[in-house]
Amino acid sequence: MATEDGGSGLNIHPMDQFLVKPLFGNDGTVSMFTVTNVTLWLAIAVVCVVALMVLGTRGRAIVPSRSQSIAEVIYGFVHKMVEDIAGKEGLKYFPYIFTLFIFILVANVIGLLPKSFTTTSHIAVTATMAIAVFLVVTVLGFVKNGASFLSLFWISSAPLVLRPILALIEVISYFVRPVSHSIRLAGNMMAGHAVIKVFAGFAVVYWIAPASIVAITAIYALETLVVCIQAYVFTILTCVYLNDALHPHH
Amino acid sequence: MAIEGDLVQMGAYVGAGLACTGMGGAAVGVGHVVGNYLSGALRNPAAAAGQTATMFIGIAFAEALGIFSFLVALLLMFAV
Repeated sequence: MATEDGGSGLNIHPMDQFLVKPLFGNDGTVSMFTVTNVTLWLAIAVVCVVALMVLGTRGRAIVPSRSQSIAEVIYGFVHKMVEDIAGKEGLKYFPYIFTLFIFILVANVIGLLPKSFTTTSHIAVTATMAIAVFLVVTVLGFVKNGASFLSLFWISSAPLVLRPILALIEVISYFVRPVSHSIRLAGNMMAGHAVIKVFAGFAVVYWIAPASIVAITAIYALETLVVCIQAYVFTILTCVYLNDALHPHH
Repeated sequence: MAIEGDLVQMGAYVGAGLACTGMGGAAVGVGHVVGNYLSGALRNPAAAAGQTATMFIGIAFAEALGIFSFLVALLLMFAV
């Protein structure tokens, strides 16, 4: 993937930052239980979440401290989102959705730190979460509604002639949900970080360097927005899928 | 003029590049969603706050189709 240009001295490797490397040992082989940099940064994300939510809200002050108010704002935000989209019944599954949101948000934001590793840029990480959501929602739909969950695919408000065609389209769109759900997050993270790296590569040419630094700053600001929006989008789609499972009748 | 290298791989790379043009369609779609949201929100700002979630869902669905073309590009690059 590296674009090497020997003539102008540019040596840009935008995808090198996403390489999975073992933390210990030099042979570079990665097996099922190897501790890699992905493991390290996933663990750091979990530690940060626990520190914010457990230590931050430990005081339970009437007038919240700074960390407590951050935790309260995020909690209230996700609570309102679940209630608005999935309804009152959806609030039973609020802990799961909140866990997803805060983990993705913190993992994304940590990935923006210089020299860090963006775990959510790997499809393996996001696909795990997306497939988990898909399985949970599908099982939940059948447990809550029984066979009438299949009416999600049979749109009764459409003309009878169109219904089989629409059912086919609905089934296809149901099964590509985990694909788009996971690749959206991973693709956005990967593309943003690769763009920053490409502009950083231009900085070695002295007469582009100022423009390059300005561009990196601007893209970094954009990325800060994107990581929050992508965490929000992942969560809101989880709520939409949950709503489909709880209320399959259109 | 003789062509050196693997012709099939060249085709796969060209195809991957062409597949990525589909992402432009997703860009148009996302811009359309947000633009219409904004024009509606400026006409009736009181109702705007309640519809941001709907806007993001619309963005996500429009973006999903661009993601499929990106997926085809990735498959051509790494899987075929």
